[in-house]
Amino acid sequence: MENLINIFIKSIFIENMVFAYFFGMCSYLAVSKKVSTSAGLGIAVIFVLGITVPVNYLLEKYVLNEGALVWLSESFDNVDLSFLRFIMFIAIIASMVQLVEMVVEKFAPVLYNQLGIFLPLIAVNCAILGGSLFLQQKAFINVGEATVYGLGSGIGWFLAIVGIAAIREKIEYSNVPAPLRGLGITFIVTGLMGLAFMGFMGIKL
Amino acid sequence: MSDRDPLFSKKNLKLLSDPMNNSNPITVQVLGICSALAVTAQLKPSVVMAISVVAVLALANVIISLLRNTIPNRIRIIVQLVVIAALVILVDQILKAYVYDVSKQLSVFVGLIITNCIIMGRLEAFALGNKPWQSFLDGMGNAAGYGVILIIVGFFRELFGAGTLYGYKIIPDSWYIANGGFYENNGLMVLSPMALVAVGIIIWVQRSKNRQLIED
Repeated sequence: MENLINIFIKSIFIENMVFAYFFGMCSYLAVSKKVSTSAGLGIAVIFVLGITVPVNYLLEKYVLNEGALVWLSESFDNVDLSFLRFIMFIAIIASMVQLVEMVVEKFAPVLYNQLGIFLPLIAVNCAILGGSLFLQQKAFINVGEATVYGLGSGIGWFLAIVGIAAIREKIEYSNVPAPLRGLGITFIVTGLMGLAFMGFMGIKL
Repeated sequence: MSDRDPLFSKKNLKLLSDPMNNSNPITVQVLGICSALAVTAQLKPSVVMAISVVAVLALANVIISLLRNTIPNRIRIIVQLVVIAALVILVDQILKAYVYDVSKQLSVFVGLIITNCIIMGRLEAFALGNKPWQSFLDGMGNAAGYGVILIIVGFFRELFGAGTLYGYKIIPDSWYIANGGFYENNGLMVLSPMALVAVGIIIWVQRSKNRQLIED
């Protein structure tokens, strides 16, 4: 239990998707003009990460790793499919996003209309694929840890995008030098937020 | 019409040169930021990353452009992802075979070329509606515009952060305070947030020179 809480806190603050690894920057910059839409996208990302990370964890453990197919037949113990990782992960992610899209359309049409084009675009959000690709480095021991990691990373991304959206709403009223307006100042503000988040780095969990 | 255009007509060259400045993928179109920032702490991974993206984008553009009349509209995203993923697997295996240390350093970011928005963006916006040769040039141009920013950021971050360039010492040892000099590496440049600030400054410089890009 303690272990799970550690992974959770770590993935939200210390290894924040946006500030530590720059994952999902494209939609982070494009959708962060208003707090309400960015919150909707953030929730969708939490949801998709929470599903795809454990699914990909199982896929990697029981299909892709060297010797992972032993449960099918003893003769498969030297089959190594790990070079197929990228294509399998992206296939899982694309189909999960499609599923989420259908569910949201059916049960929450308001949210569906708000998110519009950004819902299908989650499939190409690097935060999602990045979360799955990091599984290999993290070496989680069971699927529970992977789920917690996925959810925590999603919440970290949610916090980051809502934070920058709130700041951008305020920046509207400031007198920024003309060439920096819009994109430039958003980059620099994100850099400063990233420096602030580095303050969590020393924490050992 | 365009069949009779010479291979390097003015229009075609513009496809190559525009992304360098007026429609740079990173500073103007805001595509492909993730990988641009994460790999630029040193020059070498930046260069390798830039070359990988050039290869993947140019080839993916050509393949999708060849297939553009046969792909059903509804499943085009999946088709594009499969083409990109196959190319990225190739690049990944080649990097692992020939420059293993850099490939370790880039870790997950090679895989993330798949979700690099530049590639999807150019496939959607250009390759689906244009001939293979033009698509090839467009892919080269955009990937090069991306690579230029990567290399500029990598250059400054490695020079000021570690005093080296491409792994070679640039700042003489005798300048450092430890050896009785006056100079100290700026540790901040190695940290990831400085990449964002560096890109912000590049945007500032570019838009001061080219005022029609200014947002209001």
